[in-house]
This record gives sequence, structure tokens and C-alpha cells, in this order.
Amino acid sequence: MGTVVEFKNVTYTYPLSEKPAIKNMSFKIEEGKFYGVIGENGSGKTTLCSLVRGFAPDFYKGTLEGEVLVDGKPTTEYGPGELALKFGYVFQNPFNQISGVKDTVFEEVAFGLENFGFDPDEIEQRVTDVMELTDITAIALKNPFELSGGQQQRVALASTIVLKPDILVIDEPTSQLDPEGTESVFKIISEMKNEHKTILLVEHKVDLLAEYADEILVLKDSELIKAGPKQEILSDISLLKKNVQLPQMSILGNELRKLGLPIKNIPITEDQAVDIVKSHLAKGGKS
Amino acid sequence: MAYITLDHVSFEYPGGFLAVDDISMEIEKGECIAIIGQNGAGKTTTVKMLNGLLRPTKGDVIIGDMNSKDHTIAQMSRNVGYVFQNPDDQIFHSTIYDEVAFGTKVLNKTEQETKKLVDYALEITNLAQYRDVNPFNLPFSIRKFISIAAIIAMDTQVMIFDEPTAGQDLTGNLRLSSILEHLHKEGKTLITISHDMEFVVNNFDRVIVMANKKVVTSGAPSEIFWNFEALEKSMLKQPYVSRLCKTLNLGGNIVTMEETSQAILKAVNAKTVS
Repeated sequence: MGTVVEFKNVTYTYPLSEKPAIKNMSFKIEEGKFYGVIGENGSGKTTLCSLVRGFAPDFYKGTLEGEVLVDGKPTTEYGPGELALKFGYVFQNPFNQISGVKDTVFEEVAFGLENFGFDPDEIEQRVTDVMELTDITAIALKNPFELSGGQQQRVALASTIVLKPDILVIDEPTSQLDPEGTESVFKIISEMKNEHKTILLVEHKVDLLAEYADEILVLKDSELIKAGPKQEILSDISLLKKNVQLPQMSILGNELRKLGLPIKNIPITEDQAVDIVKSHLAKGGKS
Repeated sequence: MAYITLDHVSFEYPGGFLAVDDISMEIEKGECIAIIGQNGAGKTTTVKMLNGLLRPTKGDVIIGDMNSKDHTIAQMSRNVGYVFQNPDDQIFHSTIYDEVAFGTKVLNKTEQETKKLVDYALEITNLAQYRDVNPFNLPFSIRKFISIAAIIAMDTQVMIFDEPTAGQDLTGNLRLSSILEHLHKEGKTLITISHDMEFVVNNFDRVIVMANKKVVTSGAPSEIFWNFEALEKSMLKQPYVSRLCKTLNLGGNIVTMEETSQAILKAVNAKTVS
């Protein structure tokens, strides 16, 4: 698996802003992996998404130091629209994404394919399939602006994955969804992984990242403070002190440690926690 | 009679979409309540009927001695404050101070009273440092707190928060908890819609479960999150720690982190052969 995106000492400052939104960041994104991006609000997660797909500095302008490489070439050297074919982006606020020029959900989802000039039969097939996958078939003929926040988020996701981009960049797609809807979005995203897509997902719901992601990037105050496999990052209890949310099972593991149970490895998922507790139940406590 | 009563209430949007179907509920003064349920279950429509933003097409909504049928939104909203799900539906001033002061002006408070109320609201939402900032220069999660402060400044007896946990980080959730605790101590009646089951367990005495336009049941978190029939009907899940306790057969209707760690410790120690 190759590196598809690489940040080399990247510092980025928005126009008219004094402080950089991203400070001295270096990391690689490998093809076919699912990356979760976590960290406090205002820590630079959305800016990171804009840099990865070249939207910053191309659209926002501002100052970029260092390099963001996509397939080995700096994003600043790509022509207009070139990166749009490679990256699919799902906005944090679906309202910002929905085109406003289409009257139905079906047409909205088809909009991107139309712009890329696909054959009408193929458009219809792909839109029908993706609406099935994202569970929006029932609202196909509704106006996108008459939907609830949760439904709009699904339409935004469908409009992006229908384009089958190589790399999906998704910014908090579940903030307004109920637990069932959230889980289904995670399942859809991991199905994309099975199709060898690379995924970068900004998300506060760490319990689900523990289940589905491969790697985690942790941002704080515009810096990348930690990056690595999910097991290593999400079991790092010291992150709690830096206001980084950790999975419920990690917190539980830590609580049990505090109570004197010798928990060797902090669990991050329910399955791991079940195994650990069972092994302690088999051994019993201190005599 | 309870302070808030919904008596066989239905709501149909113009065009014939039925969003709430014959629900009844009672809420006492000073209660701290969470409403949970899937997207589309009717939660937002229900709470919008409490402050007169929507009027029931059938049944009665009674707050104190006011039936929403006989009063304007302006009258109802003196008693019931509603924080919108999307802060951008609510915010329209160019500084945070003006935004938060708007409601108090509508209520004809004196300048001195206004200042006191706004300062208090900004303090407990931790926004005092931003008082002269334009709300739209701040991130979504902070704008949510501005919309909350605006309602707190109106000092209504009932306050409704529609999905305040959406998009919040660890610090944001802790701040929300402390705001709710503050207001609860002052005797406010608090109604919060949330999809975050951990937040619900840790902050509310009673939970109302809605599904498919109806109320399924209501009760303490420890009852609700071990009522599998209700959870299945409303497509909801137990909090993570409760799921673990269920798998491990620890029993005792556990819903919090502390109960879970204590129960595990107890079970492990019980296995000890001395």
C-alpha cells in the first residue's frame, strides 16, 4: 500500500488571521486505510480536511508553509478541479453542501455525476444504488431543504460517495443523527473501505472509531499531538488530561485500574473489555 | 395537576404530515428531563408545542394555568424558553452581548435587570470573554452556547434544549452538564432532547422515550435503559457500560461508569478464594 497524502512540516494560516490554524504538521495517509481525526472543537480538524484536498490554500488563499503532497505532488501544483476528481468531501454542515439548484433528493444526488458528464443510464443506476445504501430511497422525491438535519446529512454523504472518489474526506457526518443512524453511517463508511477507498473521518464519537477505524490522528491547539494505530492511541489514558475524549471502555479500564484491578492492557472496545473482565473473573481478586 | 400537561396532543403540519400522534405527558415544576428517540420520532415538534411555536391540531398543552390555545407565542415564551437545534436559526445580532440581551428587551426588563441577566447567562455558559465578538466568527459548538445563553437570560421557568450535545467535544459536554446543574438548582424545569445516551444517563432524573410519533414510556435512566422492549421499539441502544454489564451478566440495572466499575470489582472479589 502506497502513501496517498503526505504532510511535510505544514503550517497554514488563514488570510487576515494572526495565528496559524495548522502548526508544523507531518504525517502520511496510506492507501486503503480508515483514519479517524479527533480533538477539541477549534483544534484545526476542518482546516486539516481543507488542506488534504487542496481546498486550502487554493480556495481560501492564506499562507501555506511546508508541503501537502497528493500522490507525491504538492497540492498547489494541481490544476483547478483536478483534485476534485480524486477527493470526495462531505461537509460538516449539510446545508453548505446541498446545491440549492435541484428540487429533489434524487436530482441532488445525481448532480455531481451530471457535472462530470456521465451517461444518463449509468447515473440513474448509481444514484439508485447509493440511495439504497444510505437509506434515503423513501425521500427520493422530497426537496433537500425540506428534510431534517439527519436526513440532510445522509443526502450529503450519498451525493459524495456516488462519485466513487479514491479518497473520502468526511467532516462530522453524524452530529445530528440518532444512534441507529450513526451506526449505519459508520457501516457505510467501512463498506467504502472494502472497496479500497481511503477514508479520513473527523468524528467526536470515539467509541465507534474504536470499532471501525484503523488509525487515529489527535489534534490539539492546531498541532498533531498523537498519531498511530487506534489501539495504541485510544488506550492512551494521558490524552484525557488534554481534553481528548476516549472510548467508554478505555475510561472503564482506567477506573478499574484505579480501584486496584491489575488491568494490563486498556481495552478500547466492548469485546476487549468483556475478555479482560472475564479473565479477571476467572482468576479472582486479591486474596 | 402537573406544571406541564400534554393531554392527547397531536400535531399535523400543513400539507397533512402527522408529526405527533395523540401523546400525553406530565412534567412537574423543577424536573430535569431528557427526551430521546430516533430522528423523526416527533421530539422537536413536541417541544415546539410547549412554547407555542407550534399549536396542537388536537388536544391541549397546558403550562401552569395557561392553555396554549388561549395565548400567543409571545405570552407562552415568557414562561417557556426554547433553544433551537440549529443555533443559526436563532442568532441574528452582530455581538454576543446584543444577541443574549435581545430576549430581555422583549420582556421589557430595565437596563439594570438586563445587564444582570445577561452577565449571569454569559458567566454560566462561559462566554463572558466573547461578549463583544460577532457570533458568526465563532465555531458552531460555541454558537450553540450563545443560543443557550440567550434563553437563560430570559429567565423563563421552563427551558428547552434541542440537541445541545450535537457536535460538542468533551469540554462542551462538561460545560453543558454544569449549565444544567446550575439551572436545576435554581428550580428551573429543564427539558433536553439528546442522542447522547451517556450524557442522558449522567444528567437527567427522568427520561421520556418517543418513537414513531408517540411516547413509548418514561422513567429513571436505570429503568429505561434496561427496558429492552422499549429500546427495541424506539431503535435505541443501552449506554456502552450497560451493554458490557448485560454481556457479563452483572445485573442491577447499571447505567453509569461508577456503578459498572464497582460491580466488576465486586464480582471479581466474590470469586476470590481466600
